[in-house]
Amino acid sequence: MDFIYNTIQLLYEWGPNFMRGTIATLQIAFGSYLLGILIGTFGAIGKLYGGRGLRLSLSVYTTLIRAVPELILILLIYYAGTSLLNTTLESLGFGTVDISGVAAGIIVIGIVQGAYQTEVIRGALISVPKQETDAGIAFGMSRTKVFRRILIPAMIPLALPGMANLWMICTKETALLAVVGFEELALVTKQAAGKTRLFLEAFTVAMFLYLCITLASNVIFKAIEKRTTRGHPKLDKQ
Amino acid sequence: MVWDWLPTYAARFVEGFWITVQLFSLSLTFGFLLAIPIGLVQVTGPKWLGLIARGYCTLFRGTPLLIQLWLLYYGLGSIFPHFPALRESVIWPILIAAFPYAVVAFSLSVAAYEGHVMAGAFRSVPKNELEAGRAFGMGRFTLLWRIWLPRALQNVLPTLAGEAVLTLKSVPLASTITVFGVYGVGSIVRQDTYLIYEPLLFIAFIYLCLTGILVSLFGWLERRVPSESMK
Repeated sequence: MDFIYNTIQLLYEWGPNFMRGTIATLQIAFGSYLLGILIGTFGAIGKLYGGRGLRLSLSVYTTLIRAVPELILILLIYYAGTSLLNTTLESLGFGTVDISGVAAGIIVIGIVQGAYQTEVIRGALISVPKQETDAGIAFGMSRTKVFRRILIPAMIPLALPGMANLWMICTKETALLAVVGFEELALVTKQAAGKTRLFLEAFTVAMFLYLCITLASNVIFKAIEKRTTRGHPKLDKQ
Repeated sequence: MVWDWLPTYAARFVEGFWITVQLFSLSLTFGFLLAIPIGLVQVTGPKWLGLIARGYCTLFRGTPLLIQLWLLYYGLGSIFPHFPALRESVIWPILIAAFPYAVVAFSLSVAAYEGHVMAGAFRSVPKNELEAGRAFGMGRFTLLWRIWLPRALQNVLPTLAGEAVLTLKSVPLASTITVFGVYGVGSIVRQDTYLIYEPLLFIAFIYLCLTGILVSLFGWLERRVPSESMK
């Protein structure tokens, strides 16, 4: 029963910090997910329609990012990114800047997410039956119109399961930023645990909060999936 | 680029490499052994057991491995010293070392991810093949060992390979609870020499090789398993 009493005490003292940590985690996850989709869309188009050089460099990007541990990538991108930015700024005659935690986290995880999104979106784009785009061309639609009106809407339901998976990975990956020292849920939890010495209670609270994020996301993605596949023939439920 | 630190730390890197490989292979083995019953009870057997297994998968797949690791190591680790009986027992040296906590945390996580995969795999084996086995008078365990498990594995080997790669890539997390594998040794180099990129690139290279080896191992395994498309 000590456990319950201690947890209440912990939430009373550190509740606002946990709240801030959760919001920071959600902000970083949301931002990097959107950045990942942006990179993924251009990456997929580049991989499918780009020239030889572009295709080669994109496949180096996706292969390397997917084969190296995220923690190492986060450190590499963070250090390389900040020093690159600051040398550029200095050579242009500006002073150096400290990148805010949230922005850096978004960029770092966004670049990692982009590699996975590229593969998911590319896979979905090539799974759209060719006849559907051919029909558009036969009706005299331009290339961009075929892309916007046919390829994208037909591709979304195919990409959605993979993209939902990536969102889950994205929310959990933000915890790695604690190792670099970003103020998000995992780091706040570690600080709370260290200060109060209530290790078990603090990490249980964090588990619960992460689980809530996952379960809520599940519900939202189910709803999106239902909407984007409306009118599709019902497949057998596995 | 400065690489003159490499000979000085070579011995420690070899040691770290060994720890990384051990942690990975132990957790993959234990995790997979746990995943089989976790997957199986979701498909057959009493309903409450299936519900527990599903809840377990949701909990461990829905929270970051880093938090699970810290919960086990710092959370449970801070409880054990309160029991004097444990302090005098033979298992005490295990309870204060970090490596066993890492193995347990990684195995539990692998069990959840692969248990989820295995549930789908067991479900996808055609019913009539199991009935055929039963008609030949196979017992439950013979049926599982000779038909159900091999057929399930055959279907999901590529997925399991992907999960294995993800597990390998999460091994650096163990350095946060003082289990110094390759990544941990790299961080020590970073602190000692103030070099940022060289040690990181070196570790990235080692992991790239390890991932490559793992992928080709699974590829070899997949080619050895007969598949329907290869008649």
